[in-house]
Amino acid sequence: MSRIPGAFKKGKAFIAFLTAGDPDLETTEKLVFEMELAGADIVELGIPFSDPIAEGPVIQEADLRALASGTTTNKIFEMVKRIREKSQIPLVFLTYINPVFKYGYDSFFAKCKEVGIDGIIIPDLPFEEQAEVHEFSGKHGIDLVPLVAPTSEDRIKKIAAAAEGYLYVVSSLGVTGMRTEIKTDLKSIIDVAKETAKVPIAVGFGINTPEQAAKISKIADGVIVGSAIVKIIAENGCDSVKPVGEYVRGMKGAM
Amino acid sequence: MANGRFGIHGGQYIPETLMNEIQNLEKAYLHYKDDKDFNSELTDLLNNYAGRPSLLYYAEKMSRDLGGAKVYLKREDLNHTGSHKINNVLGQVLLAKKMGKTRVIAETGAGQHGVACATAAALLGMDCEIFMGKEDTERQKLNVYRMELLGSKVNVVMSGTQTLKDAVNETMREWVSRVADTHYALGSVMGPHPFPMIVRDFQSVISREARAQILEKEGKLPAAVIACVGGGSNAMGTFYHFLEDKSVRLIGCEAAGLGVDTEKHAATIAKGTLGIFHGMKSYFCQNSEGQIAPVYSISAGLDYPGIGPEHAHLHDEGRAEYVPVTDEEAVLAFEYLSRTEGIIPAIESAHAVSYAMKIAPDLPKTQSIIICLSGRGDKDVAAIARYRGVNLHE
Repeated sequence: MSRIPGAFKKGKAFIAFLTAGDPDLETTEKLVFEMELAGADIVELGIPFSDPIAEGPVIQEADLRALASGTTTNKIFEMVKRIREKSQIPLVFLTYINPVFKYGYDSFFAKCKEVGIDGIIIPDLPFEEQAEVHEFSGKHGIDLVPLVAPTSEDRIKKIAAAAEGYLYVVSSLGVTGMRTEIKTDLKSIIDVAKETAKVPIAVGFGINTPEQAAKISKIADGVIVGSAIVKIIAENGCDSVKPVGEYVRGMKGAM
Repeated sequence: MANGRFGIHGGQYIPETLMNEIQNLEKAYLHYKDDKDFNSELTDLLNNYAGRPSLLYYAEKMSRDLGGAKVYLKREDLNHTGSHKINNVLGQVLLAKKMGKTRVIAETGAGQHGVACATAAALLGMDCEIFMGKEDTERQKLNVYRMELLGSKVNVVMSGTQTLKDAVNETMREWVSRVADTHYALGSVMGPHPFPMIVRDFQSVISREARAQILEKEGKLPAAVIACVGGGSNAMGTFYHFLEDKSVRLIGCEAAGLGVDTEKHAATIAKGTLGIFHGMKSYFCQNSEGQIAPVYSISAGLDYPGIGPEHAHLHDEGRAEYVPVTDEEAVLAFEYLSRTEGIIPAIESAHAVSYAMKIAPDLPKTQSIIICLSGRGDKDVAAIARYRGVNLHE
């Protein structure tokens, strides 16, 4: 059973992203526990990829640091296993299609289930290409969390209807990264999505201040923050546990 | 499953932000490709601006020297801007204009596609931005300045390996950021559907002409057609109208860099494995974790870790052969063609020349082979001099 629905039952969910293995997996493990303590409701773990085309510079660099530190998909699975000995926080992978394809869909999702992963987000897997993945993510009970973008228009309803876990609404055009202002008419996208979605709706891309989190949590069920957290990790390395905890506490508190 | 499959290859593995745009592109292309006005406009540009049809030149001295099959060169190097890239770019920029776009963006490796794009944008009155890896801007400085002269902005890509793959990444990131007024004029038969189809169709003018030209000159089909392959656009254009002629060998020459037994190559068919990257399922140079490998070739235009999905399919089916050619072999062919025929080929095209030099002697004199001379070599002269230890103080 996916742990994701539980995360949205106690109010608005704060969803925290970080790249697994940045700067190393030991620190990632500590960060997951700290973020849970600080109020994160779901943690998205990035499996690093050499060429993350949907990411801005902050997460691109995190991916390269993680790969340079020797992070592999199997080492991430082992880390998740260790986390699961102490924590039941919902964990969602975020990665690109090639590392999953190369691992083998069936073995990848079997392993996800075995170690206790709840869902997966694949930014370069649009609705039309999901079938080959869903056959195996579904077989092993891993939620396939889809994205809708400001340009999705008439695609929103069908994507929302098929969404599992939650629906990831991309707040702005472009790649991931902190933005001072989010101009997209999110409310109208969310209203359309709600007509068909059977899962909660979370907004991500660009969110980094408590004010933004407060504003978006009024219209969405969850707020996703990645680059702002990754930036703190980039600046503090192995000593990032405390500052990341403080940051998450501030964001969750504003929602 | 999405459209645009070549066997198991192809597809549309791209961010959701681009999906509506790419579906609109497909619709627009399917409409205009059979539109009379569009086609007469494009034909006029190709004939009266780019200089088509390109010559099919009988390389008599080279043929005599090699002592076997008659060697013909399809002279895409004589096109305006100096390579086959203009064929695709005129088509795509015209299409983008019809779609109401005001801006084109593109990746470039050697700078050939970037220069062609900048040229078409200047002619057709579009804004243009080119993304080029830092390493490539250094080895192809002249082309950077050419693009700027033509009124384009050149963005130097500092991420990753700072070559063609990263230029594609950055152009995709730019497209995701600004899609409404912008067309991504992809330069090869790669990326998400419909690009492999669109680029192939626009490049297929090469084999449409070459097939008619060789029949006129020789009265029969060639034994083989040979082209270099990075993403594979000149090769796909050269193969296309010969696909049904089963007697014609189709040979793609990949960049083997320092050799396929080293880590310094870009030979995707020889050394790559099945993967999904840059919007397509195809073969890629990658490690066991699915991380894309840093590839290498003396030729910036072939320095790409993947290959277009239709080539991957032609390989699977055995319809086309793909062979590795090293830096050294390509440089020798570059020098050989210059000396023998007075034609300086692009170092990319020299990979195809090299393989032709290998097979021509073993074929009878009654047979012919066609090499696609995809570009001219002026841009490479300084790099070849460096390779030979000569410093030209450019």
